[in-house]
Amino acid sequence: MSDDIILRIVGKFLIPLVVVFALYVQFHGEYGPGGGFQAGVILGAALILYRLLFGDAAARKAVSPRWLRLQAAVGVLLYGGTGVAGILLQGQFLEYNVLLTDPINGQHLGIILIELGVLLTVSATITALAYTFSADSEEHLSDPQVDASSQSDQLRS
Amino acid sequence: MIAQHAQILVVILPLLCAPLVLLLGKSRIAVWFTVGVLSVNALLTWWLLLQVLTIGTLRYSLGNWPAPWGIEYRLDPLGALLQVMIASIAAVMAPFLRKLLAEEIGSSRQYAALVAFILLTAGLLGIVATGDAFNVFVFLEISSLSTYALIAIADKRDALLASFRYLIVGTIGATFFLIGIGLVYILTGTLNMDDLAVRLPEVSHTNTTQIALIFVTIGIAIKAAIWPLHAWLIPCYSYAPRGIVAFLAALSTKVALYALARFLFGVFPLADMPIGSVLLEILQLLAIAAMLIGSAAAIAHSNVRAVLAYSSVAQIGYITLGLALATSAGVTAAIIHMFNHAFIKGSLFMCIAILATGSGKHTLESLKGLGHRMPIVGIALLIGGFSLVGVPLTSGFISKWFLITALVQAEKWIWIVAVLLSSVMSIIYVWKIVEAVFDKSDDKQVRSYDLSVDIPIVLLAAVSLYIGINSSALVSTAEQASKWLLGMP
Repeated sequence: MSDDIILRIVGKFLIPLVVVFALYVQFHGEYGPGGGFQAGVILGAALILYRLLFGDAAARKAVSPRWLRLQAAVGVLLYGGTGVAGILLQGQFLEYNVLLTDPINGQHLGIILIELGVLLTVSATITALAYTFSADSEEHLSDPQVDASSQSDQLRS
Repeated sequence: MIAQHAQILVVILPLLCAPLVLLLGKSRIAVWFTVGVLSVNALLTWWLLLQVLTIGTLRYSLGNWPAPWGIEYRLDPLGALLQVMIASIAAVMAPFLRKLLAEEIGSSRQYAALVAFILLTAGLLGIVATGDAFNVFVFLEISSLSTYALIAIADKRDALLASFRYLIVGTIGATFFLIGIGLVYILTGTLNMDDLAVRLPEVSHTNTTQIALIFVTIGIAIKAAIWPLHAWLIPCYSYAPRGIVAFLAALSTKVALYALARFLFGVFPLADMPIGSVLLEILQLLAIAAMLIGSAAAIAHSNVRAVLAYSSVAQIGYITLGLALATSAGVTAAIIHMFNHAFIKGSLFMCIAILATGSGKHTLESLKGLGHRMPIVGIALLIGGFSLVGVPLTSGFISKWFLITALVQAEKWIWIVAVLLSSVMSIIYVWKIVEAVFDKSDDKQVRSYDLSVDIPIVLLAAVSLYIGINSSALVSTAEQASKWLLGMP
C-alpha cells in the first residue's frame, strides 16, 4: 500500500483524533449518550483504520493479538471486580454506593470503572475480530512475534 | 456473607472464572482452578436448593436497586433444581474435558475450549437465575455464542458448517425472543418477570400480547429444538467435538425448555389469552410429532451420534408434552424428565465419546465389540439405553410413569398410545446400539485408554440408577416446582 500516501497522511492525522473522540464518548457516557460500548467501538475503529493503512504487520507490532486477549480479559475482570467489590464492602453485587464513603461519589466511581471495563473489552474484541478475519492462518494469532517480524522483513525487502 | 450472596455468586463465579482462565492460558493451573470454581459453584447450588425448599423463593436485587426498577434475580424450586443439575454436570465434566478433547482439538486451542465451556456454564446458570426478561435474552446469547465457538473449535469442515447453521438459526431464535420481549415491554413498561405477570393480564386480550407470546414461544422453541425447529440440532450433535456434545446434549435444550415453562406459566396469562389454549394444543401436537418422527429417524440412522441426536428430539417431545398439558401432573412430569434426560443423554454421549476415541468414527460398525473391551463404559451405556427406553429401576421409567399418569388424568388417550409407540421405537434404536457395542463376533484389539475418563460416566449413570430406585426427593422437588410455576399455593 506504498502508493496510498494521501490516505496515510490523513490517517496519521485522523487516528489520534478518533482515539481522543473515543475517550470523549467514554467519559461523556456518565452524563449522556455514550459510554463504554460506543467508545470501545470507536477506539477499535481507530486501530482497524491503522491496520488498513499501514498493514497487518505494523498493526500487530503496535497492538499484538496477545495483548488484545489480555485486554479483553482484564476488561471483564474490571467489570466483575467492581461488582464483587460491592459485595466485599457489605453492599449488594454491583452496588456503587458503598464503594466510597459518599454514596454519590461512589456512584461516580462505580460507573466510571464499569464503563472502563466495557471500553477495554469491546475495543479489544472489535480489533481482534478484524485481526482474525485478516489473518492468513491460525499461526498469526498463536505466535504473533515471529510472524510480525518476518512479515515486516518481507515488506522491507 | 456468602449465604446472603450465594444466589448471585452462582452466576458470577464462572463468569469471572472465564477471563481468569484466559489469562492463565495453557498452564495446568487453569484446569484445576476451573475445577475448583465449578465445584464450589455446585456446592452453592445444592445449598441454594435446600434453602429454596425450606424458605421459599429467594430474591436478590443487583446494585441494591429494588425490583421492578432494578434487575432482580429470583430463585424458585424449579430454577434451583435446574441450577443443581447444570452446576453438578459442569463440575463433573470439567476435570476430564482436556482428556476428552485431546484428540480433536490441538493443545493451542484447548484452553480456548475451556474458556468457552466455563462461559457456557455461566450463561446456562444465568438464564435460570434471573428474574428479568431481558436478562434471560442476554444469558441466552452468552450461552449460544459460546456454544457456536465450542462446536466450531474442532476445525472440521462439517463442524464449521454445523456451527454456522446453528449460528444463523440460533440468531433468528434469539431475535424472535427479543422481539417478543420488546413488545411486552412497550405494553407494560417493565421487564421484571413477576411484574410482567401482574401487568400483562390487563392487556391480555390485545393483539400485541398474542403476537408477543407467539414470538417468545417460537424464539425459545428454536433454542429448545422443539420439532419442527430441530434441524440445527442434528448436525451440531453429530459433528461437535465429542467431549463437548455430552455437555450440550445434557443441558442446553433443557435450559431453553425451562425458559419456555417460565414464560408460558410465569409471565403470560395463558388462561385469559384468546390464543393461550390454542398454543398449548399446537405444542402438544408438535410434541407428539417430535416423539414419533424423532424416534423413527433415530431408527433409520446408522451414525450413533445422529441416532442419539434424533432421540433427543423425541425426548424433548416428552418434556414439551408434559409442559403443554399445563396441569400440575403434566408439568411435574416434564420437570422430572428434564432432570433425568440431562443425566441420561450426558452419560450416553460421554460413553460414545470414549468408545470412539482412537477410531474417531461413530458408525455402528466402528463401535462393534467395544463394550467387551471397555466394560465400565459398556455397562454405563446399557444403563443409559435402558433409561431412554424407560425400563423399571432406571430414571427413564420414573419420567414415563409420571408422564403417562399425567396423560391419564388429562384423559388424553391417543397421546398415551403415541408415547407408548415412541417408547417401543426407542427400544429398537437403543437395541441397535447395544447390539453393536456388545457384538461378540468382532475381535478388535484391546485399546488401552485412560480409565479416569470413566469417572464422570459412572457418576452420571449412578444418578440415573439412583433416581430409578429412589425418586422421592426428585419427585417432591418437582411437585413443589410445578405448583409454584402454575401459581398454586
